[in-house]
Amino acid sequence: MTGNIAILGYGLSAIGPGIGIGLIFAAYINGVARQPEARGMLQSIAILGFALAEALAIFGLVLAFVFKK
Amino acid sequence: MSLNVLANLATADGGGFQTPTSAEFYQPLWFDGPLAITRPAVVLMLSVGLIAWWLVATTKRAAIVPSKGQWVTEGLYGFIRNGVARDIIGSKDFLRYVPLLFSMFVLILVNNLFGVIPPVQYPTMSRIGIPIALTLVVYVTYHYIGIKRVGVGTYFKALVPPGLPGWIVPMIFVLEVITFFITRPLTLALRLFGNMFAGHLLLLLFITGGQYMIINGGIGLKIAGAGSYAMAFVLTIFEILIEFLQAYIFTLLAATYIAGSLVDEH
Repeated sequence: MTGNIAILGYGLSAIGPGIGIGLIFAAYINGVARQPEARGMLQSIAILGFALAEALAIFGLVLAFVFKK
Repeated sequence: MSLNVLANLATADGGGFQTPTSAEFYQPLWFDGPLAITRPAVVLMLSVGLIAWWLVATTKRAAIVPSKGQWVTEGLYGFIRNGVARDIIGSKDFLRYVPLLFSMFVLILVNNLFGVIPPVQYPTMSRIGIPIALTLVVYVTYHYIGIKRVGVGTYFKALVPPGLPGWIVPMIFVLEVITFFITRPLTLALRLFGNMFAGHLLLLLFITGGQYMIINGGIGLKIAGAGSYAMAFVLTIFEILIEFLQAYIFTLLAATYIAGSLVDEH
């Protein structure tokens, strides 16, 4: 089987952000379930946290293409 | 060929399926080399013309009872003005930054949506240069606001929160400088680029892979090819969601950085 080890690196780099994004949205759902009127405020905070956690996975993706050979 | 692993899975019969690579995104239309007029450049100009036409056409005869177009424009504008600018920057001086945020949001949104709209089908932001240009605007803006407000010395001094023990200050200073001058613009540009690039590559893979399996494969692979097309359909819906979300996130983060330069402590 031929392939590139960098794509495995991307897979590994996606684990952390995956867990992080799961935790962020779990907390968001909990917060909205307890206090539905706080939804608007929590939503922008949750999406902000999601964007910051996702940056790590994006780094992995870009580096997987940078170190192709 | 970094997606060769997937290629082998897609063509179990060992055929000559060429996986889509990052080279698919470079499509010069006229000329060649650094001055080439490429497909994303044409799409970008088309989007600017389209946005200008739409915004002028829907707001020229603004009525109390809005038409459908005016309603859409006002909805988008209200969303950015109230949902992003006012909530993040604060009600005191958010109005100055609404034009910047609104034009960024609309430009990114239209260009992202071009990634799935049939006659165009090219997400402009999947070429790294265009997100970098947008990020440079945000980068210059928030540093300019911060430095103009307090001066260069205080701006750098304010990077370190007050009340820290003396020995830790240099380390925090280095960390904060890296955050402000390297990590923030890098992640802002790479997030938009990475999402559009990966999403479009995924769509390409499922559609070209499905086509190859249906044309060249046996009966089992033909069924798998139909499954691949179904996945492409689902992922297109998912892409539309991501495209909205990325335009929103870019604007939200730009507003957050501007807000960070406007308050006294970073």
